[in-house]
Amino acid sequence: MQKEEHPLKKVCIICAKGTIEDVYAALVMSNGAVMEGIETKVFFTFFGLDAITKKHMNSLKTGTVGNPAMRMPGGLPFPTLLGTLPGVEAGVSSMMRSQMEKLDIPPVSEFLEMIEAGGGEIYACKLAMDMFKLEKSDLWDGVKDVLTVGQFYELCGGLQTQVIFT
Amino acid sequence: MLQKVFAGTTVNVNEEGYMTDSSQWTKEIAKEIAREENIDLTEKHLAVCEFLRDKQAKGESITIRSVGNSGIIDIKGFYQLFPGAPMKKAAKIAGIPKPASCV
Repeated sequence: MQKEEHPLKKVCIICAKGTIEDVYAALVMSNGAVMEGIETKVFFTFFGLDAITKKHMNSLKTGTVGNPAMRMPGGLPFPTLLGTLPGVEAGVSSMMRSQMEKLDIPPVSEFLEMIEAGGGEIYACKLAMDMFKLEKSDLWDGVKDVLTVGQFYELCGGLQTQVIFT
Repeated sequence: MLQKVFAGTTVNVNEEGYMTDSSQWTKEIAKEIAREENIDLTEKHLAVCEFLRDKQAKGESITIRSVGNSGIIDIKGFYQLFPGAPMKKAAKIAGIPKPASCV
């Protein structure tokens, strides 16, 4: 691979959804950046706040309706109606979690700790917190601050910086 | 094939400087690669390198989480030992290929 002349120095990653796959997309991207020595700031907003809310962070779910990419084990299509049955969402979600565990992908709280240990910073969106009636005390202890959009953009400055919306 | 001399020994490396034959590795070579990465190699660094070499030899995937669970060092300490890009630097110094895992 050719060496990039101006490698990334900073990434600002925004997570606005709370399903397992949306949250892990943001966490894998964030942890990967930290591991490359890239300055990393992660901003959780709207339903993404579940990922940094103590009560919900380790029991996220995968939606089992309206996802055409969802398949049965073996590859057959997963009928949307099946996804509406009680317990199916929980079953699918726990299967997702066990598959990830096999690849050494940690639970959400441990993943956040890993990102923090490498110098990554975790932020929560003030507007979404107000909307969901959340207090700072409801959030995971490692959350660095609750920010307005303007404050987050202030952190996103600098050359060789990218804002990524997962 | 590219070659490089470390501590008086010629070793095979790829274009990024990772050793391609981990059996050529010695602690003295590790020390010299570390110096190129601006790291003064300690016993702690070497313990991490040995751990990674062991995982590599067993064909297990190398993740930052496994280093954190190795009992040698926690993840924060790992970042301090190999500042910047810890997995890549540690793998390079340990004489194993660049880690192929995303986590």
